[in-house]
Amino acid sequence: MNVDVRSSKTDAEKVLARAFAATRDKLPGKGAVAALREDAFKRFDVRGLPHRRIEEWKYTDLRALMREAKPLADPAGTKPKDVGIAPVANRIDATLVTIVNGRYEPSWGNSDVSDPRITLAELFKFLAENPEYKLGQTPGSDDTALSLNTALMTGGVALRVKKGTSAKKPIHIAHVFFGDAAAAVYPRSLVIVEPNAQLTVIESYCGPQGLDYQVNAALELVIGDGAQVTHIKIGCDGDQALRVSSLGVTVGGEANYKDFAFTLGGAVVRNQTFVRFSGEGTVGLIDGASLLRGKQHVDNTLVVNHAAGGCFSRERFKSVLDDESHAIFQGKIIVEPHAQKTDAKMMTRALILSDEAEADNKPELEIFADDVQCGHGATAGPLDKTLKFYLMSRGIPENEAEALLIRAFIGEVVEDVAHEALREAIMVAALEWLGNGP
Amino acid sequence: MPLLEVKNLHVEVGGKKILDGLTLTIEKGQVAAIMGPNGSGKSTLAYVLAGKEDYVVTEGDVKLDSQSILELAPDERAAKGLFLAFQYPVEVPGVATMTFLRTALNAQRKARGESEYSTPQFIKLVNETAGKLGINQEMLRRAVNVGFSGGEKKRNEILQMAVLQPRIAVLDETDSGLDIDALKIVADGVNRLRSPERSMMVITHYQRLLNYIVPDAVHVLARGRVVKSGGKELALELDASGYAQFADEAA
Repeated sequence: MNVDVRSSKTDAEKVLARAFAATRDKLPGKGAVAALREDAFKRFDVRGLPHRRIEEWKYTDLRALMREAKPLADPAGTKPKDVGIAPVANRIDATLVTIVNGRYEPSWGNSDVSDPRITLAELFKFLAENPEYKLGQTPGSDDTALSLNTALMTGGVALRVKKGTSAKKPIHIAHVFFGDAAAAVYPRSLVIVEPNAQLTVIESYCGPQGLDYQVNAALELVIGDGAQVTHIKIGCDGDQALRVSSLGVTVGGEANYKDFAFTLGGAVVRNQTFVRFSGEGTVGLIDGASLLRGKQHVDNTLVVNHAAGGCFSRERFKSVLDDESHAIFQGKIIVEPHAQKTDAKMMTRALILSDEAEADNKPELEIFADDVQCGHGATAGPLDKTLKFYLMSRGIPENEAEALLIRAFIGEVVEDVAHEALREAIMVAALEWLGNGP
Repeated sequence: MPLLEVKNLHVEVGGKKILDGLTLTIEKGQVAAIMGPNGSGKSTLAYVLAGKEDYVVTEGDVKLDSQSILELAPDERAAKGLFLAFQYPVEVPGVATMTFLRTALNAQRKARGESEYSTPQFIKLVNETAGKLGINQEMLRRAVNVGFSGGEKKRNEILQMAVLQPRIAVLDETDSGLDIDALKIVADGVNRLRSPERSMMVITHYQRLLNYIVPDAVHVLARGRVVKSGGKELALELDASGYAQFADEAA
């Protein structure tokens, strides 16, 4: 365990400790939830903000990147004209669940809770009414940043899709930061997809440009046996924002789980995903695409634990980097001793458009079973000159040839987003991004 | 009337001289074969004509319609009607063949001030041409050359040539790696494009291809220059006697 006891705390850590002390009694949730908060805060307090000597946080030194801990955001108040949903996802035909400044604000969205196949409620209300459900049951709970979320979580939703049914529409959990002053938000949500049910859930993040707000978000996703779930995360944060968003997933047997993380905005973004395959015969496809420029720092960290045999998983992460940006991919596949016949492959590729950009790829395999097929591959480099020449030799001008190749590079993962409108919106956003390039 | 004129061309790649005063003229409507041993500069000639980076012209000129093209970017040369069929066609993951063809054709037409093709016009053009080359719909939908066999890649080059309708086509060892059936399909495709308005430079190591694409002229390249020129019978002579004589001559 990476326990790092230090005598001195950073200013940010002191502010966080004071924030917890001042709000612990006012934060929502009693009993088990309150106990969970206390535990989580202790864990955070002992370790402090994760830093570069913590292997899992090697490239995203939060102690350095988060010099200041912003005060907890206030509730947003009345609904404005423009709610400010992430542009990539705001036109999708979906049930819109709005989490504003870390709290569920149903009146800001269009949450249709009349669908008898789903339960949608404020997280802590749901937990109080359904004591059989608990937070912290998905992997990753021990992570320090996630522990900080658990300590300070202010709200969010619980969503449950009933056994053998399918939600009428995709559910879009849209996180919005609202306000003129920088603050910190700690949203937390829980999604339960019962056995043989189907769900597409979109999780988006958006906030104003030029404001250094902070997001520490967490989503737990519990996928039952035979369920089919697609989770898509869209990151369109403001250019000064710092966001850490954790995703913990447990997947039952004979299930189908697809994940896609698209990151476009934010100054510092860390998507950390912890997946456990806990039943046999499941297929999991986990992809990501990030487009970075300026001094953006985007870290996709993934831990996939094959805790049951006979599961098939593919992980593909791509990033395009311009200017002085920094992309990180850390991917770990764990195959537990009894998880025979596991088939897991991970691939990461970075396309580097500028000499000043940096891509770090760290794939790891920890295999404890002997009858498995596992592998990983990582590449990082500039646009292929041979490809560019081939396109240009056919009459395609240089800038168009480059755009076509970058689009193809991203397209390889975007094309597998099953939701057509969202797939197109992501591609359009990627093309716009290219168009705004140098 | 000459369409392509290569005059005293000297080319270096990575500081090494490959073409050493190459002079060659291809008339309008002419099919000229360029033959020569390995390392004689055949592929370098093809690349330098198409404008590949890292091929440094230190002396001489290349003119298309009496205008130098050496300062032009590869896409500008293509728009002027130059086409290179690659010896090793490149796989372009993520770019569907149809998208690629359409982008290329419309970019060329735009550069020449012509109107862009409509979708139905374009699809009709591609489908007709593809059918003759034995390229099926499935291949057209797939990414350019990805997962294609060697023969399929060469056929795809000819498809591109047929769609782009160049004025001068440079075919760099289009026969390499082809079995006899594939060779016939490719040669038929090339022959269908022969026209009094279109010239071709057929680069090959072996005479075999020239049985199917019968040239109007044959030029022998050795050590970076043309060492002998003649009619189609020269190819047969070479087939019998080999290239050793030219290697000696040049040395």
